[in-house]
Amino acid sequence: MTSGGIEDEEKWLAEGIAGLQHNAFYMHRALDSNNLKDALKYSAQMLSELRTSRLSPHKYYDLYMRAFDELRKLEMFFKEEARRGCSIIDLYELVQHAGNILPRLYLLCTVGSVYIKSKEAPAKDVLKDLVEMCRGIQHPLRGLFLRSYLSQVSRDKLPDIGSEYEGDADTVMDAVEFVLQNFTEMNKLWVRMQQQGPAREKEKREKERSELRDLVGKNLHVLSQIEGVDLDMYKDTVLPRVLEQVVNCKDELAQYYLMDCIIQVFPDEYHLQTLETLLGACPQLQPTVDIKTVLSQLMERLSNYAASSAEVLPEFLQVEAFTKLSNAIGKVIEAQVDMPVVGAVTLYVSLLTFTLRVHPDRLDYVDQVLGACVKKLSGKARIEDAKATKQIVALLSAPLEKYNDIVTALNLSNYPLVMDHLDNATNKVMAVVIIQSIMKNNTYISTDDKVEALFQLIKGLIKDLDGSLVEELDEEDFKEEQNSVARLIHMLHNDDPEEMLKIICTVRKHILTGGPKRLPFTVPPLIFSALKLIRQLQGQDGDVVGEDVPATPKKIFQLLNQTIEALSSVPSPELALRLYLQCAEAANDCDLEPVAYEFFTQAFILYEEEIADSKAQVTAIHLIIGTLQRMNVFGVENRDTLTHKATGYSAKLLKKPDQCKAVYACSHLFWVDDQDGVKDGERVLLCLKRALRIANAAQQMANVTRGSSGPVTLFVEILNKYLYFFEKGNPQITSAAIQGLIELITNEMQSDTTTDPFADAFFASSLRYIQFQKQKGGGMGEKYESIKV
Amino acid sequence: MVLVLALGDLHIPHRAPDLPAKFKSMLVPGKIQHIICTGNLCIKQEVHDYLKSLCPDMHVTRGEYDEDARYPETKTLTIGQFKLGLCHGHQVIPWGDLDSLAMLQRQLDVDILVTGHTHQFKAYKHEGGVVINPGSATGAYSSITYDVNPSFVLMDIDGLRVVVYVYELIDGEVKVDKIDFKKTATAHSAH
Repeated sequence: MTSGGIEDEEKWLAEGIAGLQHNAFYMHRALDSNNLKDALKYSAQMLSELRTSRLSPHKYYDLYMRAFDELRKLEMFFKEEARRGCSIIDLYELVQHAGNILPRLYLLCTVGSVYIKSKEAPAKDVLKDLVEMCRGIQHPLRGLFLRSYLSQVSRDKLPDIGSEYEGDADTVMDAVEFVLQNFTEMNKLWVRMQQQGPAREKEKREKERSELRDLVGKNLHVLSQIEGVDLDMYKDTVLPRVLEQVVNCKDELAQYYLMDCIIQVFPDEYHLQTLETLLGACPQLQPTVDIKTVLSQLMERLSNYAASSAEVLPEFLQVEAFTKLSNAIGKVIEAQVDMPVVGAVTLYVSLLTFTLRVHPDRLDYVDQVLGACVKKLSGKARIEDAKATKQIVALLSAPLEKYNDIVTALNLSNYPLVMDHLDNATNKVMAVVIIQSIMKNNTYISTDDKVEALFQLIKGLIKDLDGSLVEELDEEDFKEEQNSVARLIHMLHNDDPEEMLKIICTVRKHILTGGPKRLPFTVPPLIFSALKLIRQLQGQDGDVVGEDVPATPKKIFQLLNQTIEALSSVPSPELALRLYLQCAEAANDCDLEPVAYEFFTQAFILYEEEIADSKAQVTAIHLIIGTLQRMNVFGVENRDTLTHKATGYSAKLLKKPDQCKAVYACSHLFWVDDQDGVKDGERVLLCLKRALRIANAAQQMANVTRGSSGPVTLFVEILNKYLYFFEKGNPQITSAAIQGLIELITNEMQSDTTTDPFADAFFASSLRYIQFQKQKGGGMGEKYESIKV
Repeated sequence: MVLVLALGDLHIPHRAPDLPAKFKSMLVPGKIQHIICTGNLCIKQEVHDYLKSLCPDMHVTRGEYDEDARYPETKTLTIGQFKLGLCHGHQVIPWGDLDSLAMLQRQLDVDILVTGHTHQFKAYKHEGGVVINPGSATGAYSSITYDVNPSFVLMDIDGLRVVVYVYELIDGEVKVDKIDFKKTATAHSAH
């Protein structure tokens, strides 16, 4: 190669083109006047421009193409000459008189083309002669282009089956031999280019060689187009010879390109049937060749082939494609000790993709691939490299996406082992991916062992893995994470109570390792899952089967009690109180008085000891009252104790209006509208009167502190409660009492310096209601008759 | 014609993972003018923001399990000729009792009272107006109601008339029912 600057090259190219065009002009003139001798003279001179050593491949190509175009015209002239009776054999001999070898050979090839067309000699003989003669040019660049020319002009004249040049038997072999030989020689020349020039220009040479690679590769393309090359010929002759050259040339650039070429150019069925041979070459290649990309390409092609039609799948099994590929990959990884982790994992990702496409039902294959990956990763620390991590996530996501059913992925024994190699943050990301896959596909996990396996997989979300701190995570992200675990819990279900209970116990076992930060998220869904189970058991009449059955409401309540207790470590008293009350109601429905009482006790303890915020107390006491009001399982003593406590606490709330509302709410504890519900009219009245006293006190306080009257609304609310019980038929509530209240309120409102529109409206609508009831007639009308508004 | 979506008691993620897919595909942004939610979403980010994306004019009252404790206990709003009142309902004892709810309706002085907590769809008329319970949009477990079917309510307010559509998911199919209410023009004095 030249060592001049770009400008010099431009100059030389320009000179070359000028010389070429100059001689071409005279050549044309000779052709026009049928002057063979001159035509040959000028064409030889023209072709001499290609003898230059000063051009880079890119520029040489420019010159070559111009010569090529001119030679086409010369060829047409030769054809005409032959038609006119000129002996082509003589011509063939005549052109060999050209002075320099390169022009001589170009001319020879050109005549050879016409020779073959004339059929005066068998194609194979001419081709053999030409391909041998080309050995005369050992200069890599010039030789490559010369042989490329030979390839181009001979392309349509190969003695293929069914071609007009087909000779007697075995001529396909001759065609193949010809192309193989040309290919081999071209590759040698191409590889030799690497040796030329100083060491420091290695990169430049590689770039230039890259530009020429298609010249070499074209031969493989030609081979693939020969009709006569069937599977047997490919297997027995073509592939072995090509691979022999690929391996022996020991050149990284050539090996990588040619392997890729083979894979792209020949049909996929051939690859399947020659898999062993093809893969066998891989470990023999130079260690620097990027074999994993080659293998990935191969696997991708085969994957697509498998996807193209279901009929080809049996072939894959027949040739044991998976085993061969898997072994080949193993060998490559073993041989290339320095291969970085990302390389190995990428290979396994390709193999896994292949396996999922071709053998989706073979979970053992899938597991095998994961297992091989685990083996490669074992002994190493957690992966830190971002690219490798990304590949591992791809490896793990592939089965999820393919099967759309987490249960299948849970059957892969090596799956969790691969996950273990991820760093903590990515492990959690993967866990979230798994959960999302479950939620998206609405898959239910219905056996205890699968639940256990699943929780092993997502353990990064369930508890603090060694070395990680929960504090590191952004609060919003943490919430989202834990909420997704909470939602997951609802996807774990089995209609069989025994199995369901096992599932609940397994989940409980895991979430209790989560620590105080996670419990508020994970405990509630578990509690409600268990409550649903209890309800299911309730429905199954035939209860009291015996204590030997593990799934009884009583046993589950014990579990619930212990689980809610865990919230004390957070601490989360408000949540725990609500959950205790839920359980109390459920126990009530199961007719378990002591259990319900115990839950109420726990709720009250929390109220007394843990809930200090006054607003929270108001809500909590209302929840207690509301729940207690619905209890029908308590005997008189228990009920009394609890109602006494409830009313006591109601009266002790901080703000007087809150006290008032809670106390009149307690009135409902003594009147339940059911058939056998308690209807203690006196205690109802006691509550309402107490509420009135508190309302009065509130009034007075307001007078003193603010100089204005206080909340009249409270009186209106109490009035409405009087009406409520009056209508229900509580004999203690008289129309006189109601009348008195109405007057009280009216007076208060009149003496008010400030007007409260809301209270006014409330009172007005209450009076309207009374009016409406009066006008109803019948029993109701009678009741209300004595009340004047 | 004004469309008002009323729903509540989703209890996500405590008692349910998500709204039913069939409901989600029906609830499309841009079709509804107001959303009123009785409470117990529970998580703010997912559910609150999702509802807000369906319609920016969203009103929520506080349920006892709501993550965001700042929602109000009650809310009133006027839509067209109707005054609506919203409250979760755990504050009204006995839970689900019509007469006690009627008292709240008188106190808020509204034509339509929307409450939840029982997870059971209800829509009834009494002299003071209409009381609606949209049930639980996810069919969440309730200690009060057995066999909860997911449900929500869509109100079409047109002049003095409101048509209440209830959507219930029963055995995988969405069933729709409707109830008509007419407000008498003389019902309330001016405010």
